[in-house]
Parts: sequence; C-alpha cells; structure tokens
Amino acid sequence: MLGLVLTGGAFALFSPAQAETGQADQSTVAQGRTLFLVGCASCHGRNGEGILTERGTQYGPPLAGVGAASVDFQVGTGRMPLARPGVQAERKRVLYNPDEIKALAAYVASLAPGPSIPTASQYSVSGTDSAAVARGGQFWRTNCTACHNFAAAGGALPGGKYAPSLSGVTPKHMYEAMLTGPQQMPVFSDQVVKPSEKRDIIAYVKRLQSAPNYGGNALGNMGPVTEGMAAWIVGIGACVAFAVWIASHSVRSKKGAKA
Amino acid sequence: MSTSTNGRTAAKAPGNDKLAEAASWLDDRVGLAALAKKQIRKVFPDHWSFMLGEIALWSFVVLLLTGTFLTLWFKPSMTEVTYNGSYDLLRGVKMSEAYESALHLSFDVRGGLLMRQVHHWAANLFIAAMLVHLMRVFLTGAFRKPRELNWVIGSLLLLLGTLEGFTGYSLPDDLLSGTGIRAADGFMLAVPVVGTYVSFFLFGGQFPGDDIIPRLFTAHILLLPGILLALIGAHMLLLVFHKHTQWPGPGRTNDNVVGYPLLPVYTAKAGGFFFIVFGATALMGGLFTINPVWKFGPYDPSQVTAGSQPDWYMGWPDGALRIFPNWETHLWGFTLSWNIFLPIIVLPGVVFTAVLLLPFLEAWITGDKREHHLLQRPRNAPSRTALLVALMTFYGILWEASGNDLIATHFHLNLNYITYFNRIMVFVGPVLAFIITRRWCISLQRGDRDRLLHGYESGIIMRSPEGAYAEKHLPISVGEAYSLTARDREELAPPPSAVDGNGVANRRARGEGLRWKVRHFWFAHDIEKPTRAELEEAQHHADHELTMHEDGHQHLTESGYTGDYELDGTPADGHQFDGRHDISGDELRKGH
Amino acid sequence: MTTHQEPEPGNDEAVATAAHGTAPAVVGDPIADPGLPPHEPRPTDVDPHAERRAERQVATLFGLSTVFAILFVVSYFAFDVGKKPTVIAGYGASNVALGVTLGLALLLIGVGAIQWARKLMSDVEIVEMRHPASSSEQDREDAVAALGQGISDSGIARRPLLRNSLIGALAALGLPAIVALRDLGPLPRGDLAVTVWKKGMRLVNDVAGTPIKPEDVEIGQLINGEPAVFYEDKPDGEPKFEGTRLNDAKTKAAIIIVRMQPGDITPPKGRENWGVEGILCYSKICTHVGCPISLWEQQTHHLLCPCHQSTFDLADGGKVIFGPAARSLPQLPIMVDSEGYLVAQSDFTEPVGPSYWERG
Repeated sequence: MLGLVLTGGAFALFSPAQAETGQADQSTVAQGRTLFLVGCASCHGRNGEGILTERGTQYGPPLAGVGAASVDFQVGTGRMPLARPGVQAERKRVLYNPDEIKALAAYVASLAPGPSIPTASQYSVSGTDSAAVARGGQFWRTNCTACHNFAAAGGALPGGKYAPSLSGVTPKHMYEAMLTGPQQMPVFSDQVVKPSEKRDIIAYVKRLQSAPNYGGNALGNMGPVTEGMAAWIVGIGACVAFAVWIASHSVRSKKGAKA
Repeated sequence: MSTSTNGRTAAKAPGNDKLAEAASWLDDRVGLAALAKKQIRKVFPDHWSFMLGEIALWSFVVLLLTGTFLTLWFKPSMTEVTYNGSYDLLRGVKMSEAYESALHLSFDVRGGLLMRQVHHWAANLFIAAMLVHLMRVFLTGAFRKPRELNWVIGSLLLLLGTLEGFTGYSLPDDLLSGTGIRAADGFMLAVPVVGTYVSFFLFGGQFPGDDIIPRLFTAHILLLPGILLALIGAHMLLLVFHKHTQWPGPGRTNDNVVGYPLLPVYTAKAGGFFFIVFGATALMGGLFTINPVWKFGPYDPSQVTAGSQPDWYMGWPDGALRIFPNWETHLWGFTLSWNIFLPIIVLPGVVFTAVLLLPFLEAWITGDKREHHLLQRPRNAPSRTALLVALMTFYGILWEASGNDLIATHFHLNLNYITYFNRIMVFVGPVLAFIITRRWCISLQRGDRDRLLHGYESGIIMRSPEGAYAEKHLPISVGEAYSLTARDREELAPPPSAVDGNGVANRRARGEGLRWKVRHFWFAHDIEKPTRAELEEAQHHADHELTMHEDGHQHLTESGYTGDYELDGTPADGHQFDGRHDISGDELRKGH
Repeated sequence: MTTHQEPEPGNDEAVATAAHGTAPAVVGDPIADPGLPPHEPRPTDVDPHAERRAERQVATLFGLSTVFAILFVVSYFAFDVGKKPTVIAGYGASNVALGVTLGLALLLIGVGAIQWARKLMSDVEIVEMRHPASSSEQDREDAVAALGQGISDSGIARRPLLRNSLIGALAALGLPAIVALRDLGPLPRGDLAVTVWKKGMRLVNDVAGTPIKPEDVEIGQLINGEPAVFYEDKPDGEPKFEGTRLNDAKTKAAIIIVRMQPGDITPPKGRENWGVEGILCYSKICTHVGCPISLWEQQTHHLLCPCHQSTFDLADGGKVIFGPAARSLPQLPIMVDSEGYLVAQSDFTEPVGPSYWERG
C-alpha cells in the first residue's frame, strides 16, 4: 500500500507536464461543454458539428478534429467568440479566463483527435542559442515574411483580409497558429516544420521584437512607404519652414530711421 | 592704381593687406578680378519659394560627403561569405560581401549607421526637393524664355536623381532591394526583341549572377554622379547668367533684379541653409530608422516580405504596374508583355518627355516669344496651374496605388477594391482636378479684380435705414494694387482665316487653326486685369461714396478712414455704435 | 532697357502683334510703378542695444554649435557599438547621440548665419539691371561671320568627299564602342526555359533540406520547397550548388507545395495525375516580374504575390484571377518514389518566371 502511494506520489511529482488531449479529466470536459453550449453552440452547433446557411455557406465551421490547440489559440487571443461576421476574425479582448479556455479546449479535443496544446518546452524560447535563433530567422524569411512582413508588422491579403501583426503575441499562440493554420493562414505541420524549428522561428521573432531600435524610431517597420512619408512631412516640411523663415521680413523698428 | 597689365601694386580691399596680396597673386595668373567684381555683389531676390532648389542642391552635397564616407567601408562584391560579425540574429547566415559590409557599417563602425541613414534620408530629400522645385518653377512660369534650357536640364536631373537613388539603395543587396532588382530584371525581360539580351548583358548571365552589385556600384558612384555634377554645374551657370526671376511689385520690372547682394547676404543665407539642410538630415539620421537592412535579411530569390515597395520616388511606376490589366499578346511564338512594357517602359518615357517639353508646349500654345523675368502668380495662369494639378493628381494616384497593400491593412479596406478604384481614378481624377483647379484660379482672379476695383473688405458693416446690410470697402495700397496689375494682358487674336489678305489660300491654316483653338481653350476664361478706364471709373464711384455731399450722405475721407468723427448730425458711419459714443439725440441721415 | 509702345486697347491687330513683341506690356498698365518702397530700419539698425543683443545671440548660437560638436566627439567614444552596443531607453545610444549632436552642431551654425544676415547685415534692397539674354546684333553677325569664315576655310562645304568620308569614319567608330561591350554577358539561348528539376528529384523543405512524405502534409498546409540537389554535396564534400550558382538556380527552381481536398481541385486537361492525393506543386516564382510568392489562403485556394498583387487560383491550374500577371503559375508534376517521398516527374513543362519575347 505504501509502495503504491509512494510510487503514485512520485509519479505525480515527477511526471512531465501533461498535454491535454486524452488526459483531461471528465469534469474539465463537462465544464467545457457547458461553456460551449452557452458561448459557442449558436454558431458551431450543439455538438460542434458546424452550422450551414441556406445557401450552403458556413455559419460556423465544424470543430471535430481542430484540436485543443485551435481552441486555445482562437479563444486565447480573443478572436473567438466572433464579435461580428466578416471576412476575418479579429484579435480582441479575451473573454474567457485561462481555466475556462482549458475547459473549452478539452471539450473540443474530446470531439475528435487533433493538434494538442504545445508543452512549454516546445514553445519556450529562453536560452535559445544564437545559431538556432539565426536559423529561425532563415525559416521566418522563407515561410512567414511574405504574409507577416520582415518585422512581423503584418500584411495585406485579398478581399479585406490580412495577416496580423505579431506584436504582443505569446510564443504559445505563435506555435499554435503555425500548427493549426487559423482561417486563411496555412498549416505548418510538425512533421514538416519540426517543433524545434518552430521554436527557433518564435525565438527569432521574439528577439527581433525586443531588439533595441539601433537607428532611432522604427517608423512602424513598414518599409519605404512610411520612410517616404517621413521624408516629405518631416524633411521637406522642416526645410520649407526654415526657408520661409529665412526669407521673411525681419521685424521693423517703430523708431524710424536715425540720422 | 596702375593701369598696366603687369600690376605691380595690389588692389587694396578695405582693411586686409594679406587678403589683397593673395588676391593679386591669383589674379596675376587667372585674371578673375573682372568676373569677381561683377559677381561678388550680384543681386538675388528674396522669397522662400526660391530656396526649394537649394534644398536639392545642398542635399546633393550631403550625399557626396556621406557617400564618400560609406565607400570607405562598403564592399561592392557578391562573393558569398558566412556572417560572423556583431549582429547575432544573422550569425552563421550566408550572404554576399556587399550585405556583410552594410552590416559591418551598421554595427561595427561608429557613426556608420548614422552615415548610412543620413545618406538615405538626404537621397529621399534630394528627389522630393527637386519635385517641389519643379512644381514651383512651373506654377510661377519661371521656365519661360530664356529659361527653357534650364528646365530641360532640371528634368534630366530629376530623372538621373531617381536612377541614382535606385542604384544606391540596391547596393546593400538586402531582401527588399534585391526584390526590386528582380522586378527590374522582369521589366527588362518584357522589352520586345532585345529584352533577354539586355537582361543577360546587365546581369552577366542569368539573374542574379554576381555582376550586378559591382556594376550598380560603378553607376552609382562614378557615372551618374559625374553626369549629375555636370548638369548641376550647367544649371547653376545658366541661373547666374540669366539672373533669378522675381515677383512683380513696386520697383521691380522685367529689366531689373531687386534684392540683396551675394556677398554678404546670400553667402550667409544660402550657406546657412546648407548647414540647416545638413543638420536636418543628420537629425533625421539620428532619430529615425531608415532602410534597416539587418531586419530584411540578405537577398534570397526564394524569399520576400509583405509590403515590398520601392523607395517613394519609384512609387508611381510601381503603382502603374500594380493597377495595369494583365494584357499579354502571343504572336507567332513571341510574347508581348503589354502589362509590363506599357506601365514601366512606355509610360515613364512618355511622361518624362512630356515634362521635358512643357516649356515648348506652352510657348506653342501662347505664341509668346518674349523674355520673361517676372513671375506669375499661379492664379493668373489658370490653365497652366490646372495642368500641373492634373499631372500631380495623375502622379499622386499612381503613387498611392503602389502602397495599396499598406492602405488596405491600415484603413481596413479591401485590397482588390483599391485597385479597381485606382484604375478608374487615374483617368477621372486628373480631369476633375483640371476643371476644379481652373475654376478656382479664375475665382481667385475675380477676387483680385474686385479688390482692385472696389478695395478691400474693411470689416465695418453698415446698415441702411431700409434694413440692408453692406460692408465698407477701403482702397488698397498703391504697392499692392501695382503688384496685382503687374502682369501681361493677354488678348486673343481672331482665328486665322483660310485665306490671307490677298485672297491666297493659307496653307498652314489647319495647324494654325488647331493652335488657335488650343490657345482659345487656354486663355478664354481668364479674368483680365482692369483697364485704366475701368479703374478710374471704379475710383470715381468709390470717391463718390467717399467724399462729402451737400445732401449729407455719410462718407469717409478720400484717403481712407482716419479716426473718429465729430457727430454733427451726419448719418452713422458705424463708429457711433461701438459703445463709446453717446448717440442719444442724434439725427441720423439728416435731410433724407 | 528696351522701349516699347503701349498698344491702344481695342485695336486687336496692334495688340496681337505688339503684345507679343519685344517687351511685355506690363509697365504702367493700368497703374504706374510706384517705385521701391523706402527702407524701413530694423531695431538692430537704430538701437545699439538691440544690435549688441543680436550679436550676442548669433555668437551664442555658434558657441552652442561648438559645444555640440564636442559632444559628438564625446558620444563617439562613450557609446559602444558592436556585440554589446550601448542601449538607452530601447534605442541605440551611439546612433541617436551622434546624429543629434552632429545635427545640432550643423543646424546651429546655419541658424546663426541666417540670424546674422537677417538682423545685422544691411537689408537695404539693391537694384541691378538685367541684360537681354541674347547677344547684341553686332556680336551675332560677327559670330556668324566668324563661323562662316571658319567653315569656308576648312573647305568642308566644298569638298564632299572629305566630309562624307570623315562622317563615315566617325560613324564606324560606333562599332568598336558597341562590340567592346559584347562580353558583358553570355547570350540568352534557352537558359530561361530550363530549371534543375529532373525526374525523380526529391522535393525538400527549404532551409531544413528534409524530404517530404504525403502523410506529413495536412489539408491546408503550405510548404516552401526546393529541389533536393540544393542540399546535396559533391564527392569532395563541397555543396553541389552554392553562392551565386545556388541563387541563379533557386531563382527558377523554388517551389511551393499545397494540399487541398481532392474534390476542390479542377486540374487542367492532361494534368490529372500531376498531384498526389490533393497535394499539388507549383513554381514559387510569379509570372509577372519574378517575385517569390507564398501568400497562400488555405480556404480560398488563392495565392497572392506581395509585389503587385497578382492572385492565382491553385485549385484551378494556377490561373490568374486578379492582378497584372498574364500567365498562370507553372505547375511541377509530382509523384511518390519507392521510399514514399514526394519527387518530381520531370522538369517544368514551360518556362518559369516572367514572360519574355522568345517565350512563345
């Protein structure tokens, strides 16, 4: 008996952090289902089966197989619940607390197998060595900058959609976005872009975002467009203002000409 | 003072013997005193709009200075190296030596990043200033005879400056500018017949090869600056020879220049302006990041960033390229890429040629062969001003089209709709702009004419006993009136007839007929300045209101309002109601 | 100063000729030139205190400039660059300090010089007469005469043989000038139409170089890929492709791999077996002017190029659905090799990248 307790206790103490899929207890799943019915079922269906409109377009997509990672990303960044219909879900205020998000994720994960929430070792970037970070930059420029821009400031997609800026996004959410491919973003599966490579990408982005502005104010990291605006407004503006001053009449004396 | 050619005694400038000796030494060898005596006190007129070209000139000097600094470290080579410098985020990454030297300048050379940034800001400022200067010269008619050649030189400077900027920012071989070079290669390939040859010869083979950066370097530091310097020299020489134009005003005629001398006033003002422009670019280089090549990464033909735009001055052809429909013709095994050839090769060529020929176009329309040294206010040349605004609208819409993806993300608009909008507005916009601007100028002319004939609005409102309100007008000063009328009177000749005075058929009738029609369109609606007769009549009418009449009409004195009046039963002139007069018992409008 | 007659208003003919004669009809019409206004003195002209204050002000500006110049030198040595740059408030201290000190040092000299001009130098307006741009009639005649004399002395007009043979010789010099540039580059030949892709060459993930199995690829996935040969070494251990040779080859061989529901795909005729279970492979190089494309919208199956917004529908043979590109995106036919990895069936069947004259 003691041995069991000790072994069980040791196991509980020393086992690694659990990924949620399949391991979450039933109460979490049930709690998640309750939350789901209140906040999500009106678009996604009572059992997450999705709802189609009369014309056959989607009201809310089916959630079987999207996995806990998708829920953690969508709800954790405030995209879900959707504030209004449109071409893209916007990142906004997060409405659920972490426990609730965990419960929702557990419930959706219970519908069908899907990508699980990454472990801290997968997305934690502290202590990444500089060679890995630089390699992460190579992956970043090959796979990501075409949509998100060189400094993760975001970019345009057709039809009013956009690739958002990554400013203020946590490493976990970055990982989950790559893994699950939210909305128009493609999927970057773990078999092709390995977890370590994903971590390197995240490390690069975080380092880039926290790097000092070596040359002064970064003007939004949007490239020549904002630089041109600054050249015209600040540069030409200042020079023309000086020119107006240089050629203006100086103040005249009220005393009149002295002999 | 000796009059022989071998002056044995030095001409003495006040107070400085050493200076006089040095000057004589030089004059004995190059004989510049004759030239110097005229030019040292040369008169330049004073107006802020005359300094816009100087912004360009001084930023060019800044470019030469900072550019020379950069060449001491920059390596124009595409040899591949593995980075092992200070910037950790690119450690171990393969890149060209050119890019590595740009990183070295930015992170390991103190002041290197500053010079890179000052150089780039000054380049942007250089071209912007040329454009602003061009607009000023055009709007004020300063390009008319005898300055047409200077306009041509200036247009060439604008074109070459643009090319210089493009070659310059492509030198670091980073991802953003490399993408631009890739697009440039695509443009070359789109040229019919010789496209692939041009591309292979420029790049030394397939894109990207390893020749393009060194070749752009040669163009950027040797060929283009050489031509630019020569053209700037010619531009300045012509300016000195023709003397600067001036605004009309009291004492200023077409045959004189009124202003201040080169030494000391303009030496101080223009020299000071150089320091200001240099200082402004240095401040911008210190405070604002420009072209952060370390964030872009080295050029790789399979990588790209969202928001890929050229520098602002290449924006308008890029915008034309983005909105152009995807027309391509395939004929007998050959491809004609209209979708690239037309917006990138033909359009800039046409626009640039049109800009170059603007003075000659205007001379053809107006038939004006006189020398002009007095400037015109933009409102007094309504069609010309409207033409420029139309051109600016065309330029501006294409420029904005090149930022369409950033506009979409920042204003939450649909990227595709922006393109459709621009496709329409690029035609509609300039026409609308022309119409609105011309009517605006004509309204301003009408306002000027009213000012001349009726004086300025004094702000004193009069109410007649019948209840009508009227504002008192007071005459403007003679100086202002002269400035407003110191412009040419444009009278249109009658249309050319098909036969001349002797009944012989006029063979040039059709060309002249077209010219007359265009000229009529150009001038027909302009409001002419009043004639002397009209002015006198208006003056008389105002005097009539101003002088005292026996029947007690209230008036102001002829020379203008000078102060309080005694209340002697004359009707109100407005002052009675300012709260400082006792108006009880007043008989207003006596005898009425 | 040229004189002119002011034309009578109403006399159209006289106006038409005289108004565009030698001088503009500005003088005296309708108001006579009141002449230069009298000079109004500035405080510094009349008040010695104001004058001295202005002088002190200018001197202070120059002095401040010197201070900033010295601060530049201090900043240069005080703030580090390199591996451990000095960072203050999130900004690179060296650049900001050097820029601000240099900028102010320069600016203050300028401001000082201009204040000197505005406050202390004489601002009495001076009149200088212009001269007509053209030379005098006599000079023109003399110049023409000199030119004529010179030309007739040379005899070029009378001796067409000399003239024409000279023109011919000078024109012929154009040939060496042009031909000397021949070796700027090789002739294009068919280089633009082929890439390194060959039958059986594996598709690998860019940067990592790892080959890809279909089961690794999920619906909605995008893979930026390259041919495996870019990650292979020669027998001597050197990479088969490196440096500019690698870049030259990458410019045409870069690919993207996408996976869609097979039901969503409408392959063009003859391309039904170019994909593997809904996995399709396309060129990554835009057919407009050659930018790499990888803005893949997994739900709409549209691929957007960031340069000029050409949009391709990859479920429909890579057709252009928006933007300035005229040709659809070339597709690489793929299959699975014996070990289960994705490989090419052959090279691209059409030239990759921007169109050109000889493309066909």
